[in-house]
Amino acid sequence: MTTVSSAGHTRRDFLYIATGAVGAVGAAAALVPLIAQMNPDASTIAAGAPVEIDMAPIADGQIVKVFWRSKPIFIFHRTKHDIELAQNVNVASLPDPAPDSERVKKGHEQWLVVIGICTHLGCIPLPHEGNYDGWFCPCHGSQYDSAGRIRQGPAPKNLYLPPYTFISDTKIRIGEESTKSA
Amino acid sequence: MSGHSTYSPQNKFLQWFEKRLPIGGLIHSSLIAYPTPRNLNYWWTFGGILSFMLGVQIITGVILAMHYTPNVDLAFRSVETIMRDVNYGWLLRYLHANGAAMFFLAVYIHMFRGMYYGSYKEPREVLWILGVILYLLMMATGFMGYVLVWGQMSFWAATVITNLFSAIPGVGDTIVTWLWGGYAVGNPTLNRFYSLHYLLPFVIAGVVVLHVWALHVSGQNNPTGIEPKSDKDTVPFTPYATVKDGFLIVCYCILFAWLVFYIPNYLGHADNYIPANPAVTPAEIVPEWYYLPFYAILRAIPNKLLGVCALFGSIGILAFLPWLDTSKVRSARYRPLFRQFFWLFVIAAVGLGWLGSKPPEGIYVILSRIFTFYYFAFFLIVLPLLGIFEKTKPLPNSISESVLGAKA
Repeated sequence: MTTVSSAGHTRRDFLYIATGAVGAVGAAAALVPLIAQMNPDASTIAAGAPVEIDMAPIADGQIVKVFWRSKPIFIFHRTKHDIELAQNVNVASLPDPAPDSERVKKGHEQWLVVIGICTHLGCIPLPHEGNYDGWFCPCHGSQYDSAGRIRQGPAPKNLYLPPYTFISDTKIRIGEESTKSA
Repeated sequence: MSGHSTYSPQNKFLQWFEKRLPIGGLIHSSLIAYPTPRNLNYWWTFGGILSFMLGVQIITGVILAMHYTPNVDLAFRSVETIMRDVNYGWLLRYLHANGAAMFFLAVYIHMFRGMYYGSYKEPREVLWILGVILYLLMMATGFMGYVLVWGQMSFWAATVITNLFSAIPGVGDTIVTWLWGGYAVGNPTLNRFYSLHYLLPFVIAGVVVLHVWALHVSGQNNPTGIEPKSDKDTVPFTPYATVKDGFLIVCYCILFAWLVFYIPNYLGHADNYIPANPAVTPAEIVPEWYYLPFYAILRAIPNKLLGVCALFGSIGILAFLPWLDTSKVRSARYRPLFRQFFWLFVIAAVGLGWLGSKPPEGIYVILSRIFTFYYFAFFLIVLPLLGIFEKTKPLPNSISESVLGAKA
């Protein structure tokens, strides 16, 4: 390439820089669809719409598993005993402190709705197992209680809560948070 | 490679790297300092355009492959999912489909340039033959890509083209069954076409490397057809050819963008939006426009085996061009008689393309036969004889003289 030794830029310099700048903008713009296409497409997003679950058939003490956005959701119809165990815990001693009232919706304390994915490395914990009246994860031994909170093992966090709202006493819509205060 | 590199990096790291893998020197000698004839016109930019289009096809193709399903029950639907659901899927699909058309347009211009200026002549015979191989690979890739859509045209094109091999006496039917992987075009066929369609573009990329290597051994041809004699006849590839190629690529992209954003289905066939139906053949089967001349040649011959031979022969004959043309003069600029026959050849080729889109009846058949005759006569009769009888114009003394006049 010819070098410009004297002070003062030539017209050629301006053309090179201008062309380079426009080319860089064009290349960046061209990159946008190539990268965006890997994001979830419209049909996947549509399939992730909220699901309505009728919980009336779930017996006292029973845990069922449903799917929302390809994630397993545990729905635990807690007995009075399960609720007592969950409430009578020293919250400060928990690895991820949270009172039972923050894990359920007001007036519906017998229903625990949590995402059934171990917060350690993603396995699905086994229901009615472990020492805490909750779940036991077979992959690395994490144990959760009847409020889905981590009590023992390598998992750092409590089982996550999905957005959900009660549309009747026994029906919930998972994927939608209620507009009223919890 | 011949000659020592003039590349000496200032940067310490680049010096260290260059001692171990001299890729900097390779890029410098092939793309930056490379001596390029100073009189190249815009017909010489199509090699760069072809490389660009190959890149576009590979990038859009690999991305489309993330969303496509190669199963007879799911393929058509997956293409529609790409068009309707995938983010920018419509853009990627139209880029890829119209990109194939732009790829073929560029290759035809590139080939006609080679024929006009005698770029196939000694010492560039292997370069030309590598080009013919690239063209055949492109045709195979394009055909298989079209089948993947699994529309009516896809399915029946697959049936017709694979059935061509049944014309081979004796082993024909065995070969066809082997190609199909079944008793008719079906899921095994679709799956293997998908695998090969993904593979061949990378084979093309490899042969392109050989093609450019062969080119760099002989050096580029130029509009006068006489070799560079001194440094005055050439300029460094960068910035001259780089910018010229870059400019034409941008212009080419304008044409490409016009197709993709305004008339993306113009070159396609509406029947390919109908899912494949193995029980019903559409009333009018036509391949994509870039195969039409050969389709016309196939239909012009009334005999099945001879028609297939003419089809493959019309492409294969290109490989013999360096030996069929006996003239010592390279460029058509100095061959007035050859020039006329050449343009007649272009008319015949384009005419055959138009005729390939017409139903095989009446005047269309007669014209197809006339043009097919001229197509083969050009290679087998005209070119060998012209070298003996043509009175060529006097050649200039050097490239720089032809550009700058006698005062060079």
